[in-house]
Formats: sequence, C-alpha cells, structure tokens
Amino acid sequence: MSARHRPAEQQALVVEGISKFFHLPQPPLWKRMLGARVELPAPGELPATGEGEKAPVAAVDHVSFTIERGEIFGVLGPNGSGKSTLIRLISTLLTADRGCAKIFGIDIRDDEMGVKQLISRVSVDAAFFKKLSPMENLLYGARLYGVTGSEARVKAYEIMGRLGLKRATYTEPMEEMSRGMQQKVAIARAFLTSPILLLLDEPTTGLDPRSKREVRAFIEELRDAHDATILITTHDMEEADLLCDCVSVIHEGRLVATDTPAALKRSIATNGEQPTLEDVFMRLTGEKLVDRDAVEAPPA
Amino acid sequence: MQNKLRRGIASLRLELLQSYGFMARNWHLTKRYWGWEVVWFFYSLTSGLSVVFIAQGAEALTGQAPGFDVQYLTMYLIIGTLVWRYLSNIFMLTSEVIAWERWEGTIEYTLMAPVQRWVHLVGQTGYSLIYSLITTLAIGIAMALFFELDLSNANLLGAGAVILAGSLSLIAIGIVASILPLLYPERGAQMTNVVEASFLLISGVYYPITVLPDWMQAIAVISPVTFVLDGTRAAVLEGAGIDDLWQYIVPLLIIGVLALPVGLRLFRAAENYAKRTGRLKRVG
Repeated sequence: MSARHRPAEQQALVVEGISKFFHLPQPPLWKRMLGARVELPAPGELPATGEGEKAPVAAVDHVSFTIERGEIFGVLGPNGSGKSTLIRLISTLLTADRGCAKIFGIDIRDDEMGVKQLISRVSVDAAFFKKLSPMENLLYGARLYGVTGSEARVKAYEIMGRLGLKRATYTEPMEEMSRGMQQKVAIARAFLTSPILLLLDEPTTGLDPRSKREVRAFIEELRDAHDATILITTHDMEEADLLCDCVSVIHEGRLVATDTPAALKRSIATNGEQPTLEDVFMRLTGEKLVDRDAVEAPPA
Repeated sequence: MQNKLRRGIASLRLELLQSYGFMARNWHLTKRYWGWEVVWFFYSLTSGLSVVFIAQGAEALTGQAPGFDVQYLTMYLIIGTLVWRYLSNIFMLTSEVIAWERWEGTIEYTLMAPVQRWVHLVGQTGYSLIYSLITTLAIGIAMALFFELDLSNANLLGAGAVILAGSLSLIAIGIVASILPLLYPERGAQMTNVVEASFLLISGVYYPITVLPDWMQAIAVISPVTFVLDGTRAAVLEGAGIDDLWQYIVPLLIIGVLALPVGLRLFRAAENYAKRTGRLKRVG
C-alpha cells in the first residue's frame, strides 16, 4: 500500500480500522443485560464455531483507507468480499463493531445526521417505488434532502434529459422501464441532492455499453463540475481503470492493496509484460483460472 | 439570538418539507394503486353491510319479533364497523412504515436519508389520518344509503372529539408495532396483523365487552379501541354531552401522550439494533 499523505482538509473520507462481524458468539442474555459485550476477534482471526452455530463472518476486517477530496476511488473485490458491507457502513446503514469512518472530518458515530446530509448512494439494485414514475420518485427523494418540489422538477428535467431518458417515460411507472433506464434514474436522483460524497455500489452492472459510457461521463462530470468525491465499487475492471484515480482491492473483508491503477499494474508486471487491472485483481484475490490445455492434455 | 431563531425556522421548514415528502409519496402510491383502492372500498363496504344486516335479520333468524330496538342495534353495529375501519387503518398504515419500504426495496434509501425518525413518522401518520378519515367517511355515506338512520339525537362533534383523541393512541401503538417489520424482516408485517386482529376481538367492536371471558375483559378495559367505541356510541346513540365524554377522552389522551414517546424511543432502539445486526437490508 502506497503512502498517501494529504492535509486533513483535503480528506473527504477517512476510514480507520473499520470492522464488521456477523454471527459472533454472544454472551448469555443475562450477562449482556449487565453490560457484557461481544468479544471481538483480532484482525484476521475468527473464533471457533460451536456445534449447530452459524460460522462467524468478518464481512469487513480492519479496513483503512483515505479518499482525497475530488477523487474517484474504486473498491474492487470478488462477490462476497465485503464491498457492499463497506459502503453500507459508510452510509450509516450498519454500525461498525470496531474502527470509524470520518466524512469531511465528521465521525459517523458522533453526528450521523451531519454525515447523511453529505452523502448519497446508488446501489446495484435501483431502489425505487416501482409503481411510481421517475418524476414522482425523484420528487420524493429530493424533498427528503430539503429540495423543494418546484426546484426539484426543474433539475430533474435537466438531469434526466442529459442522461438520455425520453421525456415520455418521466411520468410512466418505473416498473415499465428497463434496468438500465432505472439505474440512470437512480443516478439522476443522487445528482438531484448534490452530494459531496457519492457512494456508487456497482452502478453500471447490467447496463449496455452505451449506457455505461453515459453513466461514466456523468460520474466524471459530477466530480469535475460539482466538486464531488466518489467511492465506487465495481466488477468492471476496465471501468475502474478508466474512472478511478485510486483503487483498493478487497478480499475476504480485508484490503490487500491500495494504489493508482497504473501503480498496481506495474507492481505485478514481469518480463516487460503489460498486465491489465484484471490481472492485478486475479493475482491479489488469489483466484486462478484453470488452464484448459492442462485439463485436456492426456497424462504423460 | 436572531441567528438561533433563523436556524430554528430553517430547521422547521426542512422538517415540514420532509414530512410533506412522505405524505406526497403516499398520495402518489394511492393514486397508482387506485385499482386496489376500489377493491378495498368495495370489500370494506360489503363486509360492513354484512355485519349490519344481522341486526335487520334478527326477526327472520329467530322467527320471533325481536325483544330489542332493531334501529339501536343497527346503529350500534354501524358505529362499530366505521370506527373500527378508521382506527384499524390508522394502526395498519402507521405500523407499515417500515414494511412498505421492505416491500418496495427502498428501505436502505429512505433510512439513509437525512431525516429525523419522528419527522418520517409524522409524514406517515399524517397521511394515515387523512386517508383513514376520507375513506371511512366514504364508506359511512355509502352505508347510510342502505338504512334509515336517525341522527337527530347524536352529538357528532363529541363523537369526533373522542375519535380524534383515540387516533393519537392508535398512532402510538402503531409506532410500537412498526418495530416488528424492523426486527423481523421476513415475518414482522404478518405479526402486526395479529396485533390488529387481537384488538378487533377484545375491544367490543360488534358486541359489548361484557360477553367476553373474564381474562379478555381485563385486557379489553385498557384497550384504547374500547374507549373510542364506548365514547362514540355514548355520543351518537345516547347524545352524551362533552361532560360525559371526558371519561373516554381523558384516558385516551393519557394513553396517547404516554405511549407516543415510548413508541419513538423503542423505534430508535430497534433501528439501532437493526443497524448493529445488519437488518436494514432491502432483501431479508
């Protein structure tokens, strides 16, 4: 992990040793009522499981990183590696068992409402009232963030138009739209509230190449024109390479590398080869592709 | 001082806008699900009429002239039907504040928005009050077309005061019940139906609570629904004045005022527990 030292005022998000465990052995209820707490394991360790008990899981295990203001920061990892849990911890939807996250100096534990005003999130599943139209959903979201209906309507028309959504669809139920279109509305909703930290959890999954490009352009514009900082998780290595100023790779809840895409690629280059970010991902997450020739070759 | 006042006004304006956001969203949902609204109206009307026709059919059922005032029993059952419809709607809409978000998959979006939970609940309960009042009035008007009702002696204003006081209690109980879908993603919403059904059984909606077994009567006398029904019947059937109605209104206000902060506190504790255990997920 490269050292990334910046002045504190430039730090949009500081995550310090954050951990989230599930299914840890609990003390008996009477002990908990007397103030006994769950014993947290040391980083990289998990307690043994008793018979019939669910195995403890370290969904996020002692993760630390810093995102500079105006940066697009990517988190890459296989399915179940802890990416979404990490985003949910930062979004205040989960309470960390250990460590903390500070957004522009505000500790989530101290001022949850203050943090909520600064962030917005687009998740892999566009979370909408499916019977409502894009406009009705956007008005709802905007009002929760203090944007009035009339103000939101003007901005919504502008943003949806720029995202390539046809005007006829603005008042139709969301359930009649394709997944790609729904995802664009989700991004429009995030834009509408002008967040200064945008959390994007696999925002382009399931989109066609053109839609992916449009969404990427919009993300870059949000950063450049609106001074937003962006944390993005993705399985699309090309996207991460194109978009991200810095990338972390997470595996089994732990960060295994953090650096610029170029530096990560350099770190595994051998014999003049030009590895891709996908090669970096495969190397760092310990996944190996089976060599088809080796499988089919007859034993010597 | 002036800055403090300005901040206070800005904060109030924001909270009003956010509450209105929830109400407007619910109104849009009601419009989009208009087909279901028609179904519920028809279902509520027909099930209400089915109960009230029992009074009209007493003579045919027993083969004897009834030894009671049919008109009184008809009104007794109509009041039970309408008051129960109104209160159960408030209870259900309030208790479903989280269940709706789970059904629609919006729980994460809504709960990470910068909205105080009480503001969220004000929006939801405000809508539940307006919705329940309008739909119950519509059903009441439709039912009135089927029977000759004599309201000349009724104290409708007094009945309204009792029902309003009772709404507060049902909102508070609804908030407590809304914790169930927060804690039990799979079966919480079904559990709230059990709570609602229990109120229907013990609160004397269609019969006096004196017909219940003793142990049920012991619960019935502390049910706010019992107070609302008794108070409304006293106002409409007996024409009881406000002096007589205080005995119903005061306990209802006490239950409401005590239960509301308790409900909010429990909701906050349940939300924190859900955040610790990872239950604020859109699926399961």
